[in-house]
Amino acid sequence: MSEMLGTEIAHAAGFIANETPRIVTARFDYEDSFTLERYEITGGYQALRKALQQAPEDVHKEVTNATLLGRGGAGFPAGVKWGFCPPGVWPRYLVVNGDESEPGTYKDRLLMELDPHQLIEGCLIACYAVGLSQCFLYVRGEMAVAQERIARALNDAYEAGYIGRNILGSHFSVDIVLHWGAGAYVVGEETALIESLEGNRGMPRLKPPYFPASIGLYGQPTIVNNVETLSNLPWIIDNGADAFTNIGTETSPGTRMVAVSGHVKRPGVYEIVNGTTTFRDLLYGQDMCGGIRDDNQLKAFVPGGGSAPWFTPDQLDLPFEASQVGPQGSMLGSGAIMVMDETTDIPAAALTLTKFYAHESCGKCVPCREGGTWLEQILRRVVDGRGSRRDLDLLIEVGETICPGDFPHAAVPSKGIEAKPFPYKMTTICFVGPSAFAPIHSALTLFREEFEAKVAGNDDRVLIEVPVNV
Amino acid sequence: MSFFSDENTRLAEEIIKRYPKARSAMIPLLHLAQEQEGWVTEAAMAEIAELVGTSSAEVLGTCSFYEMFKREPVGKYLINICTTMSCALMGAADLMQHAEKALGVKSGGTTEDGMFTLEGAECQAACTEAPCLQVNYRHRYRVTADEFDAMLAELSTPDPGVPEHGVLSQIRQHIPEKNTVGALPPEEVNAPPVWLNTEEDQS
Ligand SMILES: Cc1cc2nc3c(=O)[nH]c(=O)nc-3n(C[C@H](O)[C@H](O)[C@H](O)COP(=O)(O)O)c2cc1C
Ligand code: SF4
Repeated sequence: MSEMLGTEIAHAAGFIANETPRIVTARFDYEDSFTLERYEITGGYQALRKALQQAPEDVHKEVTNATLLGRGGAGFPAGVKWGFCPPGVWPRYLVVNGDESEPGTYKDRLLMELDPHQLIEGCLIACYAVGLSQCFLYVRGEMAVAQERIARALNDAYEAGYIGRNILGSHFSVDIVLHWGAGAYVVGEETALIESLEGNRGMPRLKPPYFPASIGLYGQPTIVNNVETLSNLPWIIDNGADAFTNIGTETSPGTRMVAVSGHVKRPGVYEIVNGTTTFRDLLYGQDMCGGIRDDNQLKAFVPGGGSAPWFTPDQLDLPFEASQVGPQGSMLGSGAIMVMDETTDIPAAALTLTKFYAHESCGKCVPCREGGTWLEQILRRVVDGRGSRRDLDLLIEVGETICPGDFPHAAVPSKGIEAKPFPYKMTTICFVGPSAFAPIHSALTLFREEFEAKVAGNDDRVLIEVPVNV
Repeated sequence: MSFFSDENTRLAEEIIKRYPKARSAMIPLLHLAQEQEGWVTEAAMAEIAELVGTSSAEVLGTCSFYEMFKREPVGKYLINICTTMSCALMGAADLMQHAEKALGVKSGGTTEDGMFTLEGAECQAACTEAPCLQVNYRHRYRVTADEFDAMLAELSTPDPGVPEHGVLSQIRQHIPEKNTVGALPPEEVNAPPVWLNTEEDQS
């Protein structure tokens, strides 16, 4: 029974508006959704059979035509990324990013626990299409149940001939190796993931190259894809790229999984139509979160995982469409919305994110390693009522050493503040450094008065505390 | 005297064989060592170094980077309370305060009887079920103070159904010899995989 522990999902569901097919959560309602038997009787491994009847490049083309945007955070189209493997360099590898740990993000773990075969079939399709000769499925260390479900699914799939040598009697042969992490957020960054898989400290690599597709695992061409991205592949191959692009918008087709947490009536994981669903649909829709808890007022929300600049009720009508959210000063990231109602202490809420990124810095870049710690310490004393007015400027000054120039933020019409679009400049290798600053910058821009109230009456001198690195 | 038990030595060899380069097995072997002893000892690191062909300083370097590897003993049950935003918005600080009182230790501490270690943790990918915690990396959702106390009582019984600290997955991947492709070092692979070259594909 122990493998059932921790898998009851209170409200998480694949709710979807207007009767669109559920693409990745279709099996979530079955109690045995994670078994091979359930997978097979619900059409499982048919897409693999279909793919094996086609030339690999045709399978690749189908995925490119589907405009499947990566669901790990950057939103890069999978088919295009696959095409970045340099010709004639072998072997090529697939690394599955199952390290899900961005604050607010909760979808990949569900996909791994509740439908591991769908993910495995997606991996097989990718390997077949791009000629990847081995697959490493990197699952976050702190997910014991996901590891168990995937181990069992892999064992069953090997036994049934879906993985290994001459899959289903074809020339296609690939091993899938389950690999666990050991607790480090930054390892979710794809080059750090590769370092970790090579047995090293999980520190991001210097860019360029920008994509491990050119130089990745052991210096070989490597495709890194997110769990949700790969879980879409069986449906796309089964139903065709056209069926996929018929859902959502041209630039953001299909569906995506979004976790809504915090102060809503029904926090949950929802599979929504991409591109058209708005934040208002999601937060207030009766078939979704059903409004703010206790019918309170919405104060702010983080629209795309802890790294994303914040939105307020002014941005509720924006859809899940990167080309609309970017110019309004934020990003969709990993499909994670954290909702704050009117009772929220905004500086304290910002601290819960800044301390996360400060804690997770790998230490490779000085602005992140030192700056993150400083930001946390300064913000902490402001929150504790020990800060000064000068500290509020200091927060911005320290932030500017990580992200020089304008930092993106939402518009505040009532204060005459216009939106600053994405992206930002940065002095660090990866986004952990800027992410420590993002919540502070948002909170200070949108709710400066709350910070001023915390420091009111205090001495204006800056308290010098020597940061202690742990 | 080797560190790993005979069974674990066999497992270690099986794990190493899955990777094109032995060093990639470093983290899995550290987990195996922690599973055997509950924490990662010096002897374990020395033996892992030998198994994957590196120095024990390199193993320590990797080991010390990752939060889950404990280089000193911890309680039988590691309780990680999430303190990141979604849980914080839903009362994680109160839960932590309650836990500290109920266990009589501060965050980071271990109870005198060696049963429980309490830690504040970062986002556990269960944000919609806040406040949440993990016991040996198994989730508990929407935990109230009463439920926390009930959980402690349950964990204090002889067989609470949660494996001891160090044991992660209770199901292991096993790649059957008969249909494994096998992992070659990348230097030894210079041609595209056969399925890209078959006659059917050239049409
Ligand atoms: C600090 C950091 C953490 C990340 N964490 C994750 C993660 O946990 N899971 C993930 O899929 N992508 C994560 N990413 C994005 C990956 O680098 C990469 O873009 C993604 O795995 C590619 O897959 P996709 O194209 O299918 O989205 C992270 C990026 C950064 C900078
Ligand atoms: S930004 Fe921070 S986490 Fe990222 S590479 Fe630099 S120091 Fe490491």
